[in-house]
Amino acid sequence: MSHDQKKTRLLGFALLVLAATGSSRADEFTDADLQRWQKQFMSVVNKGRALWTDSGLGNNGVACVQCHPNAANTHPETYPKFQQQLGKVVPVWEMINWCIRNPLEGQPLAADDPKMTALQAYMTHERRGVKLEPGKH
Amino acid sequence: MNTINRSRRQFMKGAGALALGSMLPVSLVELAFAESSQNFSFAYISDAHIQHIKDNRFVRNWDRGLIRAVAETNLLVPKPDFVVFGGDLAQLGNKPELDHGAEIMSALQYKVHYVMGEHDYYLDLGEYWEKLFGPQYYSFDHKGVHFIVLNSILTYDEWTHNRWPTNEQRMLEMAMLDNPKGSPFMVGAEQLLWLKKDLSMIDNNTPIVVFSHSPLQKIFRGWNFWTEDAEQVQALLQSFNKVSVIYGHVHQVQYNQIGHISFNSVMATAWPWPYPPSYAHAEQYLPKLIVPMNRADPFFERDGTGWQLINLVNGNVDMEYLLYSNRGRSVRYHREANRPEDIDYPHETMRIPPQSHY
Repeated sequence: MSHDQKKTRLLGFALLVLAATGSSRADEFTDADLQRWQKQFMSVVNKGRALWTDSGLGNNGVACVQCHPNAANTHPETYPKFQQQLGKVVPVWEMINWCIRNPLEGQPLAADDPKMTALQAYMTHERRGVKLEPGKH
Repeated sequence: MNTINRSRRQFMKGAGALALGSMLPVSLVELAFAESSQNFSFAYISDAHIQHIKDNRFVRNWDRGLIRAVAETNLLVPKPDFVVFGGDLAQLGNKPELDHGAEIMSALQYKVHYVMGEHDYYLDLGEYWEKLFGPQYYSFDHKGVHFIVLNSILTYDEWTHNRWPTNEQRMLEMAMLDNPKGSPFMVGAEQLLWLKKDLSMIDNNTPIVVFSHSPLQKIFRGWNFWTEDAEQVQALLQSFNKVSVIYGHVHQVQYNQIGHISFNSVMATAWPWPYPPSYAHAEQYLPKLIVPMNRADPFFERDGTGWQLINLVNGNVDMEYLLYSNRGRSVRYHREANRPEDIDYPHETMRIPPQSHY
């Protein structure tokens, strides 16, 4: 057995041990974990707030915040829901794009555009604690 | 006894649909009161938020709201005695916006009294606005009623002066309704002194009507539905028997009664705002009297916007909201209850879903 082979076996053994002991701890979050994840989330929420108040998100200088202070009257907790004027059930990002296209006279964002994620993170954060009511008008 | 012909509302709906139809009813308002000298009407247009994009381009949506209010107000029969513009003619207080707004307003066939809004003020502290429309606060008398116009959107000097790198930045900060870096509105010591002096010459039985941009009552600080020294203004007004405060800023139907003072809000022509309870994370004091207006449908651009006709009946305000995409609303002073009351939705059970769901 060469020196290198020995090293590989030892490493393999070490990984096995880690996997065996680690599996019992996989869902035990530490406070440090929670704080880190919350920080990640809030950084996206804050990006969303910046976009919400950004007169450059659309093309006419109008910002989301003009009609929706604190993201009020966006009720993301009611989506997906049937939008009569669109003729189908839509998730909230489609309504965000409707607003970007119409009152903001701008170009719609892709569903997985980080800006779209940030806008949704901000909206839902402002509605935290409100009960989910999908489909409700 | 308070009989106002409801056909006026039907007429206005027709006028909206026909866009300046030629058939105008002869009599739209019937008032049956002894002191007829105190019965007259005036129109109230507010919160146009004319917004400059660049060059000769303005946000079409807000333009249309104001143009429509002006056109419909010109159709009123009988003619209102005057028109009030309740503030926020501009979005960011610059010359192109104020000029463009003034030009749209110039089509009105009536005398117009202007109220200062924060969006008109915080770029140059009202300098250009004054050149166009006159003093920032003043009073006048009309048919036995004493009218007072206040600039209620002032704030602490420390916030206004030497705080922001540019005047444009100051304007942008105050323009954002929910800005934690904003500052509460106030009438201020100078105007309070002036108001006290102005009122000292008025008999207690003279009806007083005050126009302000912000509510002279405290509803929700987070969105400046609030005037910091509201209690001091109210204290000066309470010794009069009939006082009405009419305010803009809130872009929604509101009304209240505090002692002798009736409060009525007016709608925006630009866009509607949600009611404060729709924001789940802050304390608010929306008056219990209020029956909320419908939650606006964004697919109808003018939903939740409009203007109003005010009948001053024996010195009390009867407010007729003429809403572009909704049934009108009537909030009238109820003489037995001594408070404003919505005449169509007096009870919870009579409300419709969009009035209760945020």
